[in-house]
Amino acid sequence: MTFQWDWGFALQTLPTLFRGLVFTLEATFFGSLLAFALGIVWALARLAEVPVVSQVIRLWVEFVRGTPLLIQLYFLFFIFPSYGVTLPALETGIIGLGIYYSSYASEVYRTGIEAVPRGQWEASLALGLPLRRVWGRIVLPQAMRFAIPVLGNYVISMFKESAILSTISVLELIGQANIIGAETARYVEPLTMAALIFLVISYPAARFVRLLEARAGAA
Amino acid sequence: MPREDRSGSVAMPEDALLGMRDVTMRFGSRVVVDSLDLAVKPREKLAIIGPSGSGKTTILRLAMGLERPSAGWIRIDGQYLWHTERNGALIAAGERQARRARRAVGMVFQQFNLFPHMTALQNVTEPLIHVLALKRSEAHDRASDLLTRVGLATHFDHRPAQLSGGQQQRVAIARSLALRPKLMLFDEVTSALDPELVGEVLNVIRDLAHTTSMAMMIVTHEISFAADIADRVLMFDHGRIVEEGDPQVVLRQPQSPRTQQFLKAILER
Repeated sequence: MTFQWDWGFALQTLPTLFRGLVFTLEATFFGSLLAFALGIVWALARLAEVPVVSQVIRLWVEFVRGTPLLIQLYFLFFIFPSYGVTLPALETGIIGLGIYYSSYASEVYRTGIEAVPRGQWEASLALGLPLRRVWGRIVLPQAMRFAIPVLGNYVISMFKESAILSTISVLELIGQANIIGAETARYVEPLTMAALIFLVISYPAARFVRLLEARAGAA
Repeated sequence: MPREDRSGSVAMPEDALLGMRDVTMRFGSRVVVDSLDLAVKPREKLAIIGPSGSGKTTILRLAMGLERPSAGWIRIDGQYLWHTERNGALIAAGERQARRARRAVGMVFQQFNLFPHMTALQNVTEPLIHVLALKRSEAHDRASDLLTRVGLATHFDHRPAQLSGGQQQRVAIARSLALRPKLMLFDEVTSALDPELVGEVLNVIRDLAHTTSMAMMIVTHEISFAADIADRVLMFDHGRIVEEGDPQVVLRQPQSPRTQQFLKAILER
């Protein structure tokens, strides 16, 4: 039996896949927000060099980065409920993605903050700017110029990797494609179309991030 | 930790704007400033010369409170930088005290250190708004006056990257000046500039030296500039004052062989 690509069938999968895409985008959007917010907390807590707290956070970040996202999701989704913590699949996925990527975001912020020249701190100090202002107006804006393109790349990577949420029953793009495959015994069309949807979104996004990188580099 | 005040050993002029007493700065085992006693009077223009690595930049950084001395005390405009006085004894104090004392001092850096994400005007208004708490319109007026004074009337909205080194340094001068410090520190402010841009910056400082009552400490390799504006010149080497006095003497007929040798090397450059 030879395989025959069926265009009619491939196009029929699109409405269902788009329903999955909504979940994929939701997971990426809220996951990114969570990752960016937690990341800055980790970064500042580490830079503040508070005894014990900074070390604990460092270990936590290393732990999150050093273990597979899949296992973290399994813990959140399958094991935590037996201790009474139960959340819907999508929310669990967003929290999982957010925490996982926050460990990377924190390194991005940290690198960005440390890349701000010492002279900026010294000028601020010499002018007598209050510390809150130095962070808010001088250091973080310059750190963000470096951080934003890198974070952009992580958003794209999260967008693609959110496919893993199908393993905890989130019916995002790949989850939907799998269901169509199971129901029709044809996997090639739905999975190919799902992949194409990923590509159609992530390719322009990557070009856009490249543009941001060029702009940050020029400044 | 209470510390013994040794101010009895050498008389510190009562009217000194900046006083350093027995100040030592060590980086690891390297002694960069060695038991320095220094007083700068209000209005005084003090030039500091000396070879690279002699510790002259560190003196300015100490005066600005960017470094905390390993030993000794520093007093600016009646405030100790890193100490408070209690029952006649000096007690070590922290950043909060330093912030108070720093208010009287401004500093211009070799590398300008402008805020790259702000325009020339914003660089100057930023501290006016957030340190002096001026209204936006007042800050704007004061900043425009100063930028005009340093010859940048047409560059308010330029970002540092769009300005030449000389222009950036003039913005930095305006930025410090705007806070009306009683003492301005200039740390080799022309060393990072292309030679043809040095003059415009020196002219601005020369004009300030002749028209304002601000005291100045200027670390420079520009000998004729130092001779022109300084009331007193200090030759520094290996963390110590080698020679000090009237610029006409120190720069034209130096007494110390070390100063003679240094000036000869500079003039033959």
